[in-house]
Amino acid sequence: MLRFIVRRLLQAVLVMFIVSVLLFAWLRSLPGGPVDSLLGERATPATRAALSKTLGLDQPLPVQYWHFLSNAVHGNFGTSTQVQSGTDAMELFLQRLPATVELSFFAIIIALVTAIPLGYFAAKRHGGLLDTGSVVLSLVGVAVPVFFLAFVLKYIFAIELHWLPVAGRQSPDLDATRVTNFYVLDGLLTREYDASWDAIKHLVLPAIALASIPFAVIFRITRASVLEVLNEDYVRTAESKGLSARIIRGRHVLRNALLPVVTTIGLQVGGLLTGAVLTETVFAYPGLGDALAQAFSQRDYSVLQVLITMAAIGYVLVNLLVDVAYAIIDPRIRTR
Amino acid sequence: MTTAPTKTDTLLSVRDLVVEFGAKGQTPFRAVDGVSFDVRPGQTVGLVGESGCGKSVTSLAIMGLLPKRGNKVAGSALYDGTDLLTLDDREMRDRRGRDVAMIFQDPLSSLNPVVSIGVQVAEVLQRHRGMKKAAALAESRDLLDRVGIPDPTRRLKEYPHQLSGGMRQRALIAMALACKPRLLIADEPTTALDVTIQAQILNLLKELVIDSGTALIMITHDLGVVAGLCDEVNVLYGGRIVETASRHEIFATPRHPYTNGLLGSIPRLDGARSEQLAAIPGSVADNIPWTTGCAFAPRCSRAIEVCRTEPPVLEQDPAAMEEHALRCHNPWPIDEGTRGPA
Amino acid sequence: MNPLQRKKDRIDALAATAAGGGDIPDAGHVSESGGLSLIGSAWLRLRRNPVFLIGAAITVLFVLLAIFAPLIAPHNGTTKYLISQVTPDTPIPPSQKGFPLGGDDQGRDFLSRLILGSRQTLIVGVLATLAGLFGGLVLGTIAGSIGGWVDSVVMRIVDVMLSLPSLVLALAVATLFGRPSQWTLIIAISIVQVPIFARLLRGSMLTQRASDHVLAARALGVRPAAITFRHMLPNSLGPVLVQATLVLATAIIEAAALSFLGLGNPDDSSAEWGQMLGKAQDLFDISPHVAFWPAGCIVVVAFGFTLMGESLREALDPRNRR
Repeated sequence: MLRFIVRRLLQAVLVMFIVSVLLFAWLRSLPGGPVDSLLGERATPATRAALSKTLGLDQPLPVQYWHFLSNAVHGNFGTSTQVQSGTDAMELFLQRLPATVELSFFAIIIALVTAIPLGYFAAKRHGGLLDTGSVVLSLVGVAVPVFFLAFVLKYIFAIELHWLPVAGRQSPDLDATRVTNFYVLDGLLTREYDASWDAIKHLVLPAIALASIPFAVIFRITRASVLEVLNEDYVRTAESKGLSARIIRGRHVLRNALLPVVTTIGLQVGGLLTGAVLTETVFAYPGLGDALAQAFSQRDYSVLQVLITMAAIGYVLVNLLVDVAYAIIDPRIRTR
Repeated sequence: MTTAPTKTDTLLSVRDLVVEFGAKGQTPFRAVDGVSFDVRPGQTVGLVGESGCGKSVTSLAIMGLLPKRGNKVAGSALYDGTDLLTLDDREMRDRRGRDVAMIFQDPLSSLNPVVSIGVQVAEVLQRHRGMKKAAALAESRDLLDRVGIPDPTRRLKEYPHQLSGGMRQRALIAMALACKPRLLIADEPTTALDVTIQAQILNLLKELVIDSGTALIMITHDLGVVAGLCDEVNVLYGGRIVETASRHEIFATPRHPYTNGLLGSIPRLDGARSEQLAAIPGSVADNIPWTTGCAFAPRCSRAIEVCRTEPPVLEQDPAAMEEHALRCHNPWPIDEGTRGPA
Repeated sequence: MNPLQRKKDRIDALAATAAGGGDIPDAGHVSESGGLSLIGSAWLRLRRNPVFLIGAAITVLFVLLAIFAPLIAPHNGTTKYLISQVTPDTPIPPSQKGFPLGGDDQGRDFLSRLILGSRQTLIVGVLATLAGLFGGLVLGTIAGSIGGWVDSVVMRIVDVMLSLPSLVLALAVATLFGRPSQWTLIIAISIVQVPIFARLLRGSMLTQRASDHVLAARALGVRPAAITFRHMLPNSLGPVLVQATLVLATAIIEAAALSFLGLGNPDDSSAEWGQMLGKAQDLFDISPHVAFWPAGCIVVVAFGFTLMGESLREALDPRNRR
């Protein structure tokens, strides 16, 4: 198993290297040149010259790459010009990270809690009404653009019914104490339960919208996997032992059927960021997705740079973690 | 079809078992077409025939392991007086593993790949004997030892892919016999194993069955397996029993042309090298339905006019000295050569 | 092997299908369809599959709508007929005689724009998919047919492209172009699709390189290029077709998403559903129907393509072959 992990680690490093090269190329290809794009139009010639020096624009490419790399490693991505003018891009990223992580976390939980049982029962009652109905539902879930779903939810539940808030992370009149910047957690830690509850209310609609795509994918994979496992010989053996239905479902069917689902979750994280960009915009939720959308439409290249880099790193890390988790869970790999 | 009265000391009594498969809009297919046999306590009974003759389906029906939809089951399977076919799922679940157990053909695919061997054995004990995990694992270790798995303590924590084919089958036997069921059904348990291991497993089965007094139904296409193990043999063809006799009788005086064909097609170590293998001509696809006549007639060298028009009935052979039932209009006579073609 | 064993295998196969009540497989027997090719038997099954039929119906209707749009639409999509009715209080002219769906924020006929929008949407989707397909084809074929270190390098790059979330990648590409336009939209989307096709093609190529007919061609001395184009590519068509159908669905949706974010043609004189949807968000509170109609169209069309793609995939799966 150790060999497996080491190999995956090396692969991840290689991917990161290629990503960094591509990023560097991208940065140099931005319209207006790297200096203008990072500083905006109103920078003074002095600032420009300083940045030129930092970026080493007068030096050969490999050296420039080296500067770029060392800047990146130090978290030096420049300053935001539009999204939050004056703030260091890296700091902006760190500020907004908990918001999106919290949202994604709830979205994945919602997706798992609904998709896995549904997938299991759809497979168990293969060909029945539940099966056909939920498959159609999952196809629709993929076909509806996430931002449209977000809008519909917002319209029905926030604007028309007034059940849930329209936008943001927290009601402005609530003065909550910040500990970790994960609002729900913070409320629990400081015993300000109304703050937690308020944060949850703000999370419900965007989380549901965001969960729609992972839901569809996880459902279909669970269903296909369970269908396959139900036909396996070892399930028949378990039945022949007279084991209870509960044990067969948990130990024999699900433990095998859910293995592919674990891998899928890793892939879904990338999709979550895509969905987050759209969902956060609709709900004016101050997370990374919203920052990305704004940075893009307003050409805030520093922010774009840090976000894209972090997205790539994050995605590679999460997939590495998932692979490692899979190696631990599946005894066939663990005991090689 | 004979419907012999159940003997009082019979453990399992199968009567007129019929299993019919059929998807909507297609003609139903009878995999088992009226099978009756008895198993006495401690006895080993063989169900012999080529693939597709219904022997596996018979055992699955008795165990209640057929898929829930797509098939119809008729007849009875009396275990200690209770008809297993009438029990609902919960009641059957109580009996499986405790009263009746089964082992299957492919040991690798029959084991859960992500659960340790120890747990897979212990769970039977936990379920039917209510044992706690630690005690169950301890006894599992003893069971693994009993079936001849070396270093059983280590094996408890290992996974199926870490064991060899023979050891996996031994583990499955341990699981089946864990709660000391009175009846064990073995469906081609050695077919997927290497020849050298086959003999070991068969010997193990024989030993365990004699030691514990468990009755065994041995399902196989291999008459060599039957010769070493079974007290009584039922030969199946096309979903019906065509010959029933004791082991000795079957091998000494096989009367049904199909049985003869099976015996004759076994290559003999002492046969001449130039001797052609006597295969049974034709295939299962050539069968005519039992309702019309004898299903085997198109392939039978002894078929006569009546074979194609009147289905033969299973009845005791008047010429035999012991119990020997036949379903044939024109069986091989007793005094002629017994290893003839089909 | 014991003749009994050989026969047993044959009977096994027959009995298994007999028990299942299905057709006899190729166990030495000619199937009822007379030994059809994969595509032939797939078509037979597809014809009867309701999922495929619904998907195909939607797709065909959509394409017809797109082709004949100018003939079907009651008015043209650019004239601002109802501009006089557009006021700060009523930014959207309501439904009225001659304009069943009312007007948009510029007083143009909404229904006509909706119908005409199918054209642009189809064009964008098809172009993006074709571009992605072509890129993936080139990369995948190179990687798959040459193999070795070329394969490794190309696939690493593909992995990296796949490692970025699609929207992020699309945005990154779009940023490289100074001004957003229809073409930046198409290119951004297609770049996201390239790795998918590349992976697919390469996998197919690798499998085929080891297959008998390719080995035979090589043994006969057929030139590598000819082998690639005449022997390997045609056999890869099936999965590619399936993927293209599914990709088309996502391309349309992604076009809508990117338009929503501000990418795409700022000049909205020619209608396109994604664009219409993007612009409708601001007016959502007052007039949700301006968003619902293009969204509904997108959903239905994407759904249709997805249904078709999924059923195609199942039909072409060799495991289902009779």
